[in-house]
Amino acid sequence: MLKHFGIALRLTVVSIAIFGFVYPFAMTGLSQAVFPYQAGGVFVKDAHGSIVGSEIIGQSWHEPYYFHGRPSAAGKNGYDPTSTGGTNLAPTSKKLIDATKSAIAALKKENPDATLSVPMDLVTSSASGIDPDISPAAAYYQVPRVAKARGISVRKLTTLVQGAVRERTWRFLGEPRVNVLALNLALDRVAPVSGVRAHLRR
Amino acid sequence: MTTAGWLQFAAFFIIIIALTKPLGSYMARVFEGERTWLSPVFAPVERFIYRLSGVRADEEMPWHVYALAMLAFSAVSLAWIYLVLRTQQWLPFNPQHFPNLAPDLAWNTAISFTTNTNWQFYSGESTMSYFSQMAALAWHNFVSAGVGIAISVAVIRGVARTTTKTIGNFWVDLTRCCLYLLLPICVIGTLVLVMQGVPQNFNAYHTVKTVEGAAQTITGGPMASQEVIKELGTNGGGFVNANSASPNENPTPFSNLFEMVMIFLIGASLTYMYGKMVKDTRQGWAIFAAMAIVFVAGFCIAYAFEGAGNPLIHQLGVNGPNMEGKECRLGVGASALFATVTTDTSCGAANSSHDSFMPLGGLVPLVNMQLGEVIFGGVGSGLYGMIVFVVLTVFIAGLMVGRTPEFLGKKIEKREVQFAILAILVTPVLVLIPSAIASVKHDALATLGNAGPHGLSEILYAFSSTNANNGSAFGGLGSNFFWNIATGVNMFFGRFAVAIPALALAGALAGKKAVAPGIGTFTTNSTIFVVLLVGTILIVGALTFFPADALGPIVEHLLMLQGKTF
Amino acid sequence: MLAQRRLERRPKSRPLLDRAILGPAILDSFKKLNPRAMARNPVMFIVEVGAAVTTLFLIRDLARHAPAGFDFAISAWLWFTVLFANLAEAMAEGRGKAQADALRRTKTETTARKVDGDRFTIVAANSLRKGDIVRIDAGEIIPADGDVIAGAATVDESAITGESAPVVRESGGDRSAVTGGTRVLSDSITVRVTANPGESFLDRMIALVEGAQRQKTPNEIALSILLSGLTIVFLIAVATLLPFSIYSGERQTVTVLIALLVCLIPTTIGGLLSAIGIAGMDRVMQRNVLAMSGRAVEAAGDVDTLLLDKTGTITLGARQAVEFITAEGIEQLEASRIAFYSSLSDETPEGRSIVALAERNGVSKEDALPDGATFVPFSAYTRMSGVDFGGTSIRKGAPDSILAWVRENGGDAQTNLAPDVERIARAGGTPLLLARNTQIVGVIHLKDILKPNMRDRFARLRAMGIRTVMITGDNPLTAAAIAGESGVDDFLAEATPETKMDLIKREQQAGRLVAMTGDGTNDAPALAQADVGVAMNSGTQAAKEAANMVDLDSDPTKLIEVVEIGKQLLMTRGALTTFSIANDVAKYFAILPAMFAAAYPAMNALNIMRLSTPQSAILSAIIFNALIIVALIPLALRGVDYKPRGANAVLRKNVLLYGLGGIIVPFIGIKIIDVILAVLHLT
Repeated sequence: MLKHFGIALRLTVVSIAIFGFVYPFAMTGLSQAVFPYQAGGVFVKDAHGSIVGSEIIGQSWHEPYYFHGRPSAAGKNGYDPTSTGGTNLAPTSKKLIDATKSAIAALKKENPDATLSVPMDLVTSSASGIDPDISPAAAYYQVPRVAKARGISVRKLTTLVQGAVRERTWRFLGEPRVNVLALNLALDRVAPVSGVRAHLRR
Repeated sequence: MTTAGWLQFAAFFIIIIALTKPLGSYMARVFEGERTWLSPVFAPVERFIYRLSGVRADEEMPWHVYALAMLAFSAVSLAWIYLVLRTQQWLPFNPQHFPNLAPDLAWNTAISFTTNTNWQFYSGESTMSYFSQMAALAWHNFVSAGVGIAISVAVIRGVARTTTKTIGNFWVDLTRCCLYLLLPICVIGTLVLVMQGVPQNFNAYHTVKTVEGAAQTITGGPMASQEVIKELGTNGGGFVNANSASPNENPTPFSNLFEMVMIFLIGASLTYMYGKMVKDTRQGWAIFAAMAIVFVAGFCIAYAFEGAGNPLIHQLGVNGPNMEGKECRLGVGASALFATVTTDTSCGAANSSHDSFMPLGGLVPLVNMQLGEVIFGGVGSGLYGMIVFVVLTVFIAGLMVGRTPEFLGKKIEKREVQFAILAILVTPVLVLIPSAIASVKHDALATLGNAGPHGLSEILYAFSSTNANNGSAFGGLGSNFFWNIATGVNMFFGRFAVAIPALALAGALAGKKAVAPGIGTFTTNSTIFVVLLVGTILIVGALTFFPADALGPIVEHLLMLQGKTF
Repeated sequence: MLAQRRLERRPKSRPLLDRAILGPAILDSFKKLNPRAMARNPVMFIVEVGAAVTTLFLIRDLARHAPAGFDFAISAWLWFTVLFANLAEAMAEGRGKAQADALRRTKTETTARKVDGDRFTIVAANSLRKGDIVRIDAGEIIPADGDVIAGAATVDESAITGESAPVVRESGGDRSAVTGGTRVLSDSITVRVTANPGESFLDRMIALVEGAQRQKTPNEIALSILLSGLTIVFLIAVATLLPFSIYSGERQTVTVLIALLVCLIPTTIGGLLSAIGIAGMDRVMQRNVLAMSGRAVEAAGDVDTLLLDKTGTITLGARQAVEFITAEGIEQLEASRIAFYSSLSDETPEGRSIVALAERNGVSKEDALPDGATFVPFSAYTRMSGVDFGGTSIRKGAPDSILAWVRENGGDAQTNLAPDVERIARAGGTPLLLARNTQIVGVIHLKDILKPNMRDRFARLRAMGIRTVMITGDNPLTAAAIAGESGVDDFLAEATPETKMDLIKREQQAGRLVAMTGDGTNDAPALAQADVGVAMNSGTQAAKEAANMVDLDSDPTKLIEVVEIGKQLLMTRGALTTFSIANDVAKYFAILPAMFAAAYPAMNALNIMRLSTPQSAILSAIIFNALIIVALIPLALRGVDYKPRGANAVLRKNVLLYGLGGIIVPFIGIKIIDVILAVLHLT
């Protein structure tokens, strides 16, 4: 009995050393050496060279000249990576149905010129609350608004969105999607909104 | 539902089938103490560990000594993790200066990780220091998985051996498992995940100014190394609250596939190892087949309902699958698959919000856990749970061939039935009784995230998950003192009240002599046996939980069809 | 050697519904309501407690003048459920009791002549103790079980075996055991008593068939544990439904919850389990085999290897004359005629076969014996038979006996027939010497005749996965010939008790269960070693003690039937367990929507049987649950149909029949009951 507790204690110490410290530190060193960009957090810079976020982390968008992401339940204002999660509302939840209703209404108000039907992902919250992507349909849905706000043609913008669509990996893994941050940064490069950026950044 | 969704499912399952045999053979060598191609590296380390810990590697243990060693180790590791969580603010690697955890939450979390459950009543990204994540949680992901696998190896030995008292050495099984099996896969897995974009650093959280000028704090940490053992060891405790839904933990559809493969990998390979160790690989494949049937059925149901979407939202003029609580890069196919995979096993990692699944889509993970998580199952716990079901099936069906039931030539008699029934009883006792109490208890109901039948589903899900040591949740449920204590107790008994009867069963079987098989004997590698095994698992599960589930997800579905909301 | 006659099996079949049994059984099923007796069966005990509790609620409702029709119906049907289960057990027991009564009638009070040195004292039979010595003359009843220590006699054992043909009991050898209550027909014997009063064979037999000593068998215990476990599962599932129903807004009454509980717990198998066991023993008994325990019958179902004695099992005990070999200087016709005379009065099959052969050889039927001929019947002493007429004596018999007789008569016992005698013996046949006065006339070759249909039976056994091994004292060549002809899987030639024992141990070491039959004292160790040992009633006391079954007909082929009964017994348990559990699916669909009809009308979608009202649904389920027990009593008593086939084929059939059937039948049954209730306006 005591013998086994003794072994348990000693093995605990030994295994913490191996699996609790040696392993993560060694892996960190190795990862930093082989994939420094990814291991560090996939940070992306804007045209001015300042870090504006992580490519894999979604962020809040409100301006009409940017493509918007999905509703988020992460943190008080959404898209808070330190408070990730979904709404956890049931499909029969009155709150969910009401929230979806107002999301539809808000979306329609923002996009008076939208011709496509309302895409599901733009009116439902993601699981992480920091979903960096929207569906291609959701991007196309916003094209008339963004084009109008930026004063570029719908056709040009549609082509840009088309280029931003990431297809399924190997044609069947996951879903086609558009990374909102990447699309918006590309948009800023192709059709900058003069003055506004500078104003926003100060 | 899309062709791509089905292809993704098929690809996943083909990979699992393809890996089962090679890894299973390797595991059989590891646990039978043979040399492997990794021995040149690990054999000296292994000997060193034994020397430091005082383990005598050649000592064989009877079942009760094995159980005792297992309990001693679990007790020590439980104490360690509690200690770390209660003192983390004074410990190193805490760049965010997170405070110590409250006693009830620390207790809940300590049991949660000791029992391989990884039920999380906290958000990792705002609660746990890097020290706690590594030295308490990630370390525990290794050893609690190792404990589960060790028990299953011991149980297999009990089935395979004849007229002996001993079923192996716990310390050796645990050490070899962590060293030869978990560690090498984790090293490769970490690199794969980092390549996909999972962070692996010790940086403090990074606050950036977003494109629109808002401040956003981006989390970091040694995530990839923890992520891989979280899946491989079917632990499931996420580095961050959103778990594998978070693009940090699971950035791409490929990382998603990789993580799912990690979850099933050992559970599936254990079936082949079992076949190897009982000297008839068809026995292993029969169990694999039974598991596969329930797995495929579960996925089809979940995918069908998630793919069809929410009619209450369709009524608002928005069509499409149920995207509430799902990620765009993954979609319903990968989410339904992940949810099925994570609850077939005792993993509990989640890449979507199970609480927001359609009623019958969410019923799949719920039922998976209520069946005792034997569909590939928790690493180790799935197989020994399955062997309990095999014994039960053999006993009922074996009678119908007109002989005293035999399992691999060993007569199933009073003692075996007793231990099997004890193990089977754990699930109804630990799921239904606390759920019943919670369903009429004020402080329990206070933290429900949803009303109506779905509230009952949240209660059932919590106790089904903690009992089965799964750890996934209907996340709407909040924590308070009641839930911390109740789920803590539940996880504790859910682990040990099954493991100990399973070891006792192994001890009883090991002592038996095996009767030679003939055409008159009941075989456990035939198609009809697979059908019966599946039937037994489903019938036992369904009969136990049908009333409760009928008042939860099932009636919620029927009411939803009538347009009711709560 | 010819005296041992065996009749074909003659099962004492009794109709399933015997009025004489049913009456007392109904009475017994009420007596069995005693909770102390019920507690032995946890499943049915729960039902009884449920019935009692619902009755209390019923009384409360009646006292409050609340409407109580539904509660009354539920409570009544719960009591019926208990009674039906009790009835099944009582009927199974009743069949045993009827048999015991018949046996008891043969246990007449009698006196005994106790040998006390040189004197006899007349004492009451029930005062005899182990070791006492008694003498029994022709016409007297044997007062106690014992071993013949002197003399030989023919005994009528029909009281025990039901067989009218007398058997020989003699001192020494393997036919020395006599049973109390049987009658000596000829000669007189001295017997050493081997059983105290109350412990005799007859007493044990009565106790066994009455079930007085009935203990649960290992498999029954294991199954009871399983059923108790399931009962606990359902107890939890139903008890927790009360708080769940409160959460859901429709608090359930205790009566309804108890109704659901009783429907779910495995009452079908729980109610019939003990009846199945008793009936299994009874079926063995009906074949005149006395199993010392239920455990033995169960073990018979597990047998992998059957050791069968050649004589009496594979070949007819009676042999047939196939040739007469004449001594030097004797014509064939002459020898045939002498053989013919010797056997005219011999009514044994062997004797008749000699007459038939002689006639084929040209002896005329009309060649009657001269008047005044006296027949010399076979006796255990002389071991020969024959006829005396006009100064001529003809004898036939075992070679050594005949040689001794010839020598006694002053003749020359030297004969050139010795090689022929040996040849016949070696070929597996039996040589009988034939002698007239002082002259050896010839040898009669009696040959083994295979029993009909044995090949089929062994094929059946093979299909069940049972290996047959023929045990014979013959040399390997003969044994191989007979084994090949009969279709056994293997044989053990020139068997001695030791080689037989070795064979059993070898088989057991290879993990096989062995069954064997035996009758001699030197079989006793092997009988004890075998997993299933069946002693012939004609055998010695030692053999009977060592065996776990005694065949009263002394028919070794019965072993095959006992194996089948053992298998059938286990299959019946498995089938009814499966059926019972499968039934629950339909019951859930009947009761759950009914329970929550008010809070969740949407749940009516689960009412796939479209039962008319919630009350009718619950009542229909509970009535079905009670009636199915009655409906299955015949199956429990008779056992499920059994055809020898491989395990997987048997399994497939039973799973379809009792598993799938168990799911479907209650859907239909409950619906029918619901329709009847609706038509009769009972709900």
